[in-house]
Amino acid sequence: MMTAMFGAMESGVIYAIMALGVYLSFRVLDFPDLTVDGSFVTGGAVASIMIVNGSDPFTATIAALFAGFLAGCATGILHTKGGINPLLSGILMMIALYSINLRIMGKPNVPLLAEETVMTKINTWFASEWSVLLFMLVLTLIIKFVTDLFLKTEVGLSLRAVGDNEGMVRSFSANTGWMKVLGLGLSNALVAFSGALVAQYNGFNDVGMGIGMIVIGLASVIIGEAVIGHSSIARATLAVVVGAILYRMIVTLALRIEFLDTGDMKLITAVIVIIALVLPKMLDRQKAAARKKKRLQQLGGSSHA
Amino acid sequence: MLEMNQIFKVFYEGTPDEKIALNRVNLSMKPGDFVTVIGSNGAGKSTLMNVISGKLTPDMGTVTIDGTNMTSLAEHKRASKIGRVFQDPMAGTAPAMTIEENLALAYNRTKTRTLAFGVTKKRRDFYREKLEMLHLGLENRLQAKVGLLSGGERQALSLLMATFTDPKILLLDEHTAALDPSRAELITNLTKEIVDKLGLTTLMVTHNMQQALDLGNRLIMMDKGQIIFTANEAEKRRLTVEKLLAEFQKIKGGGGLSDRSLLS
Repeated sequence: MMTAMFGAMESGVIYAIMALGVYLSFRVLDFPDLTVDGSFVTGGAVASIMIVNGSDPFTATIAALFAGFLAGCATGILHTKGGINPLLSGILMMIALYSINLRIMGKPNVPLLAEETVMTKINTWFASEWSVLLFMLVLTLIIKFVTDLFLKTEVGLSLRAVGDNEGMVRSFSANTGWMKVLGLGLSNALVAFSGALVAQYNGFNDVGMGIGMIVIGLASVIIGEAVIGHSSIARATLAVVVGAILYRMIVTLALRIEFLDTGDMKLITAVIVIIALVLPKMLDRQKAAARKKKRLQQLGGSSHA
Repeated sequence: MLEMNQIFKVFYEGTPDEKIALNRVNLSMKPGDFVTVIGSNGAGKSTLMNVISGKLTPDMGTVTIDGTNMTSLAEHKRASKIGRVFQDPMAGTAPAMTIEENLALAYNRTKTRTLAFGVTKKRRDFYREKLEMLHLGLENRLQAKVGLLSGGERQALSLLMATFTDPKILLLDEHTAALDPSRAELITNLTKEIVDKLGLTTLMVTHNMQQALDLGNRLIMMDKGQIIFTANEAEKRRLTVEKLLAEFQKIKGGGGLSDRSLLS
């Protein structure tokens, strides 16, 4: 049980980077971007092929970041220049990336077990079972803080305003089209970076490993917001990181139920997201009803409610 | 400062719904001019605003602002010269962002956005000083989310954001219409104060005739896509709501009772 939870923490921290990317598109830009399913694998594909061909794993992971940036920009251009609706531009890019990923990888699965990866390097530097978790935690928190700072810069502010009130930013001479392209690029850069690390953590890159990634990202964002809240940017991004780790833990717990097996992962994910979306609203309604009842009692009138 | 020459704009061309929104409109404003625009619904006032701001491109004619032909320049590119306040108090501000962040967005209107922080200590002092002009106590609530402000407060903030970077043209699109009478009066007074202080060249659309007479040094009346009546500074001073209505009746050829009720 403890080892399973430990593993859940480790992968949760790595997936948190992906969730931060989803936060950028879904919450900051208010753009439901399905490119994520494809760009996550693109990151893994670029990194794994470079590693197999003898490249330094850190260089390979950074290269994955740029590949994801390009994929996100492509979605942004489809939407802003091509006038395609946000959801559809993401879906088109996701499906196109499936083939592109296969082209990059050359085969559906690239094993990395025998290669030197970021994970094996970390383990040679600090020989402890905590090393990967701590390294990834530090890396994820650095990315979180850089994101926080970026969203407070002049560019970051207009990016947020695009998702908040697009017409208004345009009247303050911001090019909202390019802002969206930039935002989606950054979002998918983080997603691909996370994909590259996940591939190295798992010891392989599979062309199908991105399926449902957007839902996992959303689950992390929503669970985090329910637990931590999102009153400020720093708090919201922290919520995303915590949400990603919690999500992994919930899945690990769920998989311990006898009749569920790994094939049920996507179903579990969908159920978690549904619960996370519906439960807070139900609780709010219940609280409101309780308040109303209390007020009526205070007024001394007979309760009609 | 603003030259509109033979502006023509038609919507739904070639369909039964075809509507000529602007029919060869000419308008010239000198620096510091404050023109109020009145007219019934569908007269072309909003289209006129949108053609100036770049939201719409005219089918014919030219728009020149501050000596530059901007007829087909994209909205965000000419926005550095144009400040705008919309009718909807929600339209001019970003609700999920704080007051100081909104001001930072407006502050960048005339500058290229960089990776410098939008809110710094020095700028915060500047924002506070500007907010004091509104007399609403917003200078003490810099970190409050704008979504928490009332409609009047949001509209006052919009007005400040549209003006504090010295636009060449200020467009006010029925910016008091969605507010209750006392808030509308507050915004009207603020408008007068700010425009006077900065000497802004201003174009204001309104349905409130009294407001159209109280503010500004020139007045135009629009109907069916054309400017049907203009009053210069001296003429405007002698105008009253009654005279204005009579003028409207005369031009329309009388019988426009529905228009009369719309205008008053």
